[in-house]
Amino acid sequence: MADIISLDHLSVTFPQGKETSIKAVDDITLHVAKGDIFGVVGYSGAGKSTLVRTINLLQKPSSGTVKVVGKTLFADGQTAISKKELQTTRRQIGMIFQHFNLLNENTVLDNVMFALKHSPLSDEEVEQKSLKLLDLVGLKDKADNYPVQLSGGEQQRVAIARALANDPEILISDEATSALDPRNTNQILDLLKDLNQKLGLTIVLITHEMDAVKRVANKIAVMQNGRIVEQGKLLDVYLRPKTKLARQFVGGSLAAIETLRAFDLGKLGPDEELFQVVFSAQTVTKSVILDLYKQLGVDVSMLYGNIEVLGSQPVGTMFILVKGTPAQLQQVPELLKGGHVEVTKIDDRGIWND
Amino acid sequence: MTEFIAKTMPNVLRLGWGGDSGWGTAIWQTIYMTFWPAIFGGLLGLIFGVILVVAKPGGIMENHFWFSFSDKLVSLFRAIPFIILLAFIAPFTQLLVGTQIGTTAALVPLSLGVFPFYARQVQVALESVDSGKVEAALALGATNSDIIFDVYLREARSELVRVSTVTLISLVGLTAMAGAIGAGGLGNTAIAYGYNRFNNDVTLVATLLVLLLVIIIQLVGDALAKRLNHQDR
Repeated sequence: MADIISLDHLSVTFPQGKETSIKAVDDITLHVAKGDIFGVVGYSGAGKSTLVRTINLLQKPSSGTVKVVGKTLFADGQTAISKKELQTTRRQIGMIFQHFNLLNENTVLDNVMFALKHSPLSDEEVEQKSLKLLDLVGLKDKADNYPVQLSGGEQQRVAIARALANDPEILISDEATSALDPRNTNQILDLLKDLNQKLGLTIVLITHEMDAVKRVANKIAVMQNGRIVEQGKLLDVYLRPKTKLARQFVGGSLAAIETLRAFDLGKLGPDEELFQVVFSAQTVTKSVILDLYKQLGVDVSMLYGNIEVLGSQPVGTMFILVKGTPAQLQQVPELLKGGHVEVTKIDDRGIWND
Repeated sequence: MTEFIAKTMPNVLRLGWGGDSGWGTAIWQTIYMTFWPAIFGGLLGLIFGVILVVAKPGGIMENHFWFSFSDKLVSLFRAIPFIILLAFIAPFTQLLVGTQIGTTAALVPLSLGVFPFYARQVQVALESVDSGKVEAALALGATNSDIIFDVYLREARSELVRVSTVTLISLVGLTAMAGAIGAGGLGNTAIAYGYNRFNNDVTLVATLLVLLLVIIIQLVGDALAKRLNHQDR
């Protein structure tokens, strides 16, 4: 399917003082197809926000090309459309934020209606449509409330209703769940997924929480220092992460990290080694631990195990401690890699500590 | 009551209500000199306050010339002590209202004296609007005027009322100095008929009346600011 967002060789540079400058986005090429839920993950300061802000030109790139919904917004170092056209185009790109950014001096209904200020609809139609949108996010009864009277999750729902007011084809979510508690986070994510399925809405989701991406995204890009270090289908990246950073994010759920921390790797004996094993539960039906024991004769104990659902696919993560001779240990990764299993030997504590 | 006042504050009664030196005239002049400069100076201050916010580097209508022009103009006028401003702009006042003395003549320096103060206050009030809201409005395809009126001015309205109250009160203070160019008012009564003639009772009553005016402005301002504020729970 055609790409609805095409960012090509995009760079954003912020001057810092007279001579130095910071490259927040460094020659990134990113294509999002219609109907995707595209997750962009990375630690704070990786350039995620700057990157997605170029999609609606809230952030002007330094170089590269931005094409959205078939229009070229930026090319050859300058904005390629008029201010008026940009405003019209922006209405086709909804955006939600970490801190909701609702207008506090307007009621919930007025907040949604504000988005429709320039729509060709009559005043009455605008109100009807706004109420319908509030109904869609489950907040019709709060139409006359002011934003501060709502919970964070409710405020984000209003922001979603507002972002959807002009029937956009794209929704950009900039850390939209980062300020919410886990329950609200999941509700908002489920709502986004629902909108994606019902309306065919393309969603670009940026977050530092891998869990959010695992819950809804079908594609993922991992960012570091202004560059995309890895991108692809969520399951592919999850099962076969190529870079250290991707492995950290994939296996880096807090519980796993805590477990590893509690288990002091310094205590490992010369005949012991620790492995992270990630597998798709649909393809792996055999018992990993038993196989290792039977075929290599090594001692295997499991330190941590977890199965998560990625999209609709169950995916498992395990940390196993293997005890055996050096020759036996060397064969462990090879044996496991035979199936749909991704193995990482964990020998450097450092990678878990950041 | 009248008897009591006549006995304790004889000079207060002697000034009477009407006439050039009357209390009624002085009160009216003070209100007149507060009201019109509040409108003119207020509008001017609001316009410059908005320019300072939207034209600043990184603002929604970034414009180096307008920003530094407004910034310097406001700073310049703020730097001139009001009593000197009264005299300094006299030719301009003559040009504008046809006279250099009297209550109406005072409207010009009062407006020019209060606008830079108000412009800075408006600037601070508008800067307090979270830039995220402006960004969200931009993302919705809002125009510049949408952002000025529906985001900046509306979101800051309670804060604007609060700074307007402060400005009005300082304007009442400025009117007291307008007596220097024969504009009358309660300040003039306190100085010319009270202090200069050793009539301390007149000074006291004039002061109390100014205080009353200030309190009324403060109470109305506070009530309005509270009513318009939906930011806090």
